[in-house]
Amino acid sequence: MSVTQSNVLRDEDLKETHLQGLSARTLHARRLMTVYVYEAPVRLWHWVSALCILVLCITGYLIASPLPSLSGSPSEHYQMGWIRYLHFAAAWIFAIAFLGRVIWAFMGNVYAREMFYIPFWRVSYWKGLIDTILVYAFIRSRGKKFVGHNPLAVTAIFFCFTLTSIFMIFTGFALYSEGTGMDSWEAKLFGWVIPLLGGHLSTHFLHHWGMWVIILFVMIHVYTVVLEDIASRQSLISAMTNGYRFFKDDQPK
Amino acid sequence: MANIETFYDVMRRQGITRRSFIKYCSLTATALGLGPEFVPQIVHAMETKPRLPVLWLHGLECTCCSESFIRSSHPLAKDVILSMISLDYDDLLMASAGYQAEAIIDEVMTKYNGNYILAVEGNPPLNEDGMYCIIGGKPFVEQLRKAASGAKAVIAWGSCASHGCVQAARPNPTRATPVDKVILNKPIIKVPGCPPIAEVMTGVITYMLTFDRMPDLDRQGRPRMFYSQRIHDKCYRRAHFDAGQYVETFDDEGARKGYCLYKMGCKGPTTYNACSTIRWNDGVSFPIQSGHGCLGCSEEGFWDKGSWYARLQHVDGFGIEASADKVGAVTAGVVGAGLAAHAAVSALKRIRCKKDDNQ
Repeated sequence: MSVTQSNVLRDEDLKETHLQGLSARTLHARRLMTVYVYEAPVRLWHWVSALCILVLCITGYLIASPLPSLSGSPSEHYQMGWIRYLHFAAAWIFAIAFLGRVIWAFMGNVYAREMFYIPFWRVSYWKGLIDTILVYAFIRSRGKKFVGHNPLAVTAIFFCFTLTSIFMIFTGFALYSEGTGMDSWEAKLFGWVIPLLGGHLSTHFLHHWGMWVIILFVMIHVYTVVLEDIASRQSLISAMTNGYRFFKDDQPK
Repeated sequence: MANIETFYDVMRRQGITRRSFIKYCSLTATALGLGPEFVPQIVHAMETKPRLPVLWLHGLECTCCSESFIRSSHPLAKDVILSMISLDYDDLLMASAGYQAEAIIDEVMTKYNGNYILAVEGNPPLNEDGMYCIIGGKPFVEQLRKAASGAKAVIAWGSCASHGCVQAARPNPTRATPVDKVILNKPIIKVPGCPPIAEVMTGVITYMLTFDRMPDLDRQGRPRMFYSQRIHDKCYRRAHFDAGQYVETFDDEGARKGYCLYKMGCKGPTTYNACSTIRWNDGVSFPIQSGHGCLGCSEEGFWDKGSWYARLQHVDGFGIEASADKVGAVTAGVVGAGLAAHAAVSALKRIRCKKDDNQ
């Protein structure tokens, strides 16, 4: 792509570097601009949450549709018990990590706040949103550069991840309180969710729907991250592993 | 209120000696875990407290609550009706009829204004000005509003009065409405179930008599002593649930061995009731013990929330028997195919760009 050709280095640019004497052309040597976007707590939270979501989806699905029945004495097995234990343990970690992430939004850099709101009144958000949609629809070939998330990603993350996660945490603790009892703090803090959503069965049902929203989000998220990492003008995967995002060209627009 | 019979009067009338009465009070104090110094208090209460007047109304319902109630064994329904409360109006049980029967409501309302309990079985339909349920020539909703105006508290018997039950299921042609949506200014105790357990019904009345106050209620207005735990929490098949042993079909080995009925759509995990502790018919059995899953009859809208034989509610608008999982899996498949197509187009575009660059 022509944009990637913009910072091409020549042999003389390699002088007095560790690449001195090598051929810049065969190495496809380029100069890259990197910025520190995702701070360590954000990255840690991201991967912890990803692992939790994997465990939560698998165990949650198995709670709703259990594995084939086991035979023998019930004292020999604790299969559903373990599945539920894993679900609750992962849910606790996910919820605490999410709470930590909310706190970090106040302490971290501007990109730590991106997933918690839609910049509704900002013109650049709407322009960027339309632009990104056009790029994804193959109508425009050259996308804009973004230090943080692009506006389409902000929208998807806010609605499909942040709001859904809050919904899952609230309904999840409300359902958890059914086991801990009416006098538990879980019931006092989250028990109101159940009558609001039309009863216990409806809460289970909507919690199950939430899982599918998260699964669809993860599918699209993984695909777009890989696609953007290859085809966009900035890096994504390395940004969420070492925190640094590099841009493949230095052009102002 | 001098002409009102107290408990002591009733007991003496039934041939109980003063000596036996004092013994009874001492035993009651022991049973309640109180010291001997409370015996005079109990004696005093029994000697002075009048029996609780109760008006029992019937709206749109099947009388299954009354059928259940008269089978109570601890305490016996006859003891509740004849000794503990003064059941002044119940068009199902009382002998009088017509004008004589309806006149009792007015009499109780003037005589015990603000001091009687209104028990409601069934609910009022509100469509067509309430014409779908006529009591004594008038819509039931009018009788209900009138009787509730002077009541101390309202007991909503059963799922009909508490939540609406079958007549309020979609599309609810008569607009059958739960009691708490019609009576807004009185404390309401909901005792849901279709029907509620007999001992739960008499237990609620006994509690109100003994302690002269409403039982503790949960968020949804149900007495906590009977509705604070799920069927699942006290189910004798719970060990099979935790172990992962389920009935897969009603005629399999698991069914014969009494495995957990979770996969057969048992609503025990989402139903708050005392069936698995108190059980039915003098503690003989309850649905799960008989090999069938719980229907969740004491939960709101249980008729509308999907099959009784599936854990997950059905989803409307996606075919007849679509579940959330089927809809989710199909959507995931469509999204996956879309992403694959997008990836293919992206790859082709990139190859074309590369070629352009190289030229």
